[in-house]
Amino acid sequence: MEKARPQWGNPLQFVFACISYAVGLGNVWRFPYLCQMYGGGSFLVPYIIMLILEGMPLLYLELAVGQRMRQGSIGAWRTISPYLSGVGVASVVASFFLSMYYNVINAWSFWYLFHSFQDPLPWSVCPLNDNLTGYDEECEKASSTQYFWYRKTLNISPSIQESGGVQWEPALCLILAWLVVYLCILRGTESTGKVEQLANPKTWISAATQIFFSLGLGFGSLIAFASYNEPSNDCQKHAIVVSLINSSTSIFSSIVTFSIYGFKATFNYENCLSKVILLLTNSFDLEDGFLTASNLEPMKDYLASTYPSKYSEVFPHIRNCSLESELNTAVQGTGLAFIVYTEAIKNMEVSQLWSVLYFFMLLTLGIGSMLGNTAAILTPLTDSKVISRHLSREAISGLVCLISCGISMVFTMEAGNYWFDIFNDYAATLSLLLIVLVEIIAVCYVYGLRRFGSDLQAMTGHTLNWYWKAMWAGVSPLLIVSLFIFYLSDYILMGTLQYQAWDATQGKLVTKDYPSYALAVIWLLVASSTMCIPLVALGIFITHCLKKRGTAAVA
Amino acid sequence: MLWPLFFLMTAIHAELCQPDAENAFKVRLSIRTALGDKAYVWDTNEEYLFRAMVAFSMRKVPNRGATEISHVLLCNVTQRVSFWFVVTDPSKNHTLPAVEVQSAIRMNRNRINNAFSLNDHTLEFLKIPSTFAPPMEPSVPIWIIIFGVIFCIVIVAVTLLILSGIRQHRRNTKGPSGVDDTEDKCENTITVENGIPCDPLDTKGGHINEVFLTEEERLTPL
Repeated sequence: MEKARPQWGNPLQFVFACISYAVGLGNVWRFPYLCQMYGGGSFLVPYIIMLILEGMPLLYLELAVGQRMRQGSIGAWRTISPYLSGVGVASVVASFFLSMYYNVINAWSFWYLFHSFQDPLPWSVCPLNDNLTGYDEECEKASSTQYFWYRKTLNISPSIQESGGVQWEPALCLILAWLVVYLCILRGTESTGKVEQLANPKTWISAATQIFFSLGLGFGSLIAFASYNEPSNDCQKHAIVVSLINSSTSIFSSIVTFSIYGFKATFNYENCLSKVILLLTNSFDLEDGFLTASNLEPMKDYLASTYPSKYSEVFPHIRNCSLESELNTAVQGTGLAFIVYTEAIKNMEVSQLWSVLYFFMLLTLGIGSMLGNTAAILTPLTDSKVISRHLSREAISGLVCLISCGISMVFTMEAGNYWFDIFNDYAATLSLLLIVLVEIIAVCYVYGLRRFGSDLQAMTGHTLNWYWKAMWAGVSPLLIVSLFIFYLSDYILMGTLQYQAWDATQGKLVTKDYPSYALAVIWLLVASSTMCIPLVALGIFITHCLKKRGTAAVA
Repeated sequence: MLWPLFFLMTAIHAELCQPDAENAFKVRLSIRTALGDKAYVWDTNEEYLFRAMVAFSMRKVPNRGATEISHVLLCNVTQRVSFWFVVTDPSKNHTLPAVEVQSAIRMNRNRINNAFSLNDHTLEFLKIPSTFAPPMEPSVPIWIIIFGVIFCIVIVAVTLLILSGIRQHRRNTKGPSGVDDTEDKCENTITVENGIPCDPLDTKGGHINEVFLTEEERLTPL
């Protein structure tokens, strides 16, 4: 008799868990960036088309597989075909990499949250230098928000080679982040749900990629969540609901982000103007208040013609202030969340309140997604009878959290942010495309689309719509294959990979080449999850051959 | 008779106070930026007050107690408002060393600022750096306090959950589900090959399901 599988208390918990997993930091900092890069509102067109052609079908597929097989990713794919258990293993490996570096973002959010209870906010003023005569040099060259991020939070080294030691402040925050995650996953599915109750061609490729990663396909988290569903659950409806909510959250957050951009751009533009005015006033000893924003341009010409030699001296220091260029500084990722947003917040009234709210929101998003990631790792482990016989669920969760926490201490070192960028860019991108491609081919052609359809009908009572069949069998695999080919060729053609390093002496980012061991790590990351699929298939093929030869020999 | 002397004095004065002269300092005021509508006009009276403040600062330096307002010379006043000043010794032949003037101004910077209703940014002495007030640092950084609070709460919650989990587990194992476990164990002998726990559907519970024997036909070649 099988031990009863834990289940969601009600379907709403499951929906909330999926939404909380899918709606993550990518909605906040990746989608608005893409909108800005690819034409603003018109980006919504390829985005919605890709949502319909690729996002919803694949999401429904993963949920259906989980609900039908009632096991985590490894068990589910092994049920479809033993040769395909590599897909599940690859998902678990990708999830493991993701959870390692993703929780570091939560650690940073905690750090900023704890520092929001001060007046003035620590990133709004530059610290004084040693003899108290001026501001710190690095802070002067960069800005106070950049200084706080690169020096106080990360204490970043000038290049990836200089690792430095583990910084105890972010390490403490990281331990806290992992403890919070452990607290949430400790009791398993039931607690996860309740916690949630209290979440050109480049344009099209970006839209497709964004939908893909935004929904969190291929990690096994959705399979894990759905495996705790009752078989009769209507996962088709839930798939549509989750993907629509995920997309509307992205669109909503881009509205917010654009207004923040506008505020910051206006503020910086006015600041830039006043700096230029001050410089000219001081150099030419003009009357204070004589130069204003409106007469700046004609006055500059007048000064250039009247005092040509002096003007040419001053000219290199005059910055061309333009609102356009301020608006065009599109930033994504940690730079957006921790530098741009904090810069905007520090200039608002009651900035402590906005800061606390903002970082609390980041934490909620981040921890929600982390719960999905850890579920993807834990569900196959707890499903496996070997492991669950020796260790209780609490112990397995504790061990996974401990090991991940230990390894992710790497990201709290001085060079940790560079390794973080490596993981962020390469750990899950290519391998996920391959995983989802194999998933969809496995379900449609290995298990059989007709068979799967009749299984779903037996489970939920609805016949499979022709639309889903068309997407699963034809359109979505084609899209993924083209995405995969594009990214592979992009990686190969790019040649040496480069990264942005923070130069403290200049106060800005500079481009450097990765050293050879960093490149080795990148290839290892990509290979370790992709190679799982063929290697495990090969392994099982060999064991079957040996078994057959063994039985044949006996016979 | 006195005229040549007068010309001589003004000539010496002119030499002593010049832009970039030895021991001369440039001062810059941004009155309109600081006071807006309430800005006052910079005239000779304001200059007199400035010279008085500088003389006052110098008098506080030991050995310079005899400095008079007439010893402070201003020149090159511009529209900005900016000008240069030097402090001469009682003989009015040479200027006091820059280091002394600098330290005197730094000591009394606040008084000078207040006399003109300005601050360090709007009344600038170029080459005399102002001393910033050191920030108020509490003995324990605030963030550690908040971190400690949240950390303790989380630890307590984790411990409570683990303890209740252990208690529940102990209650369950004492109960009837012990029988189920042994049944379960007998049915499913786990075969482990090459370190991979194999639990293929075809040999569940020790029985081979005929349906899955034709594996090769079922699988389309990959």
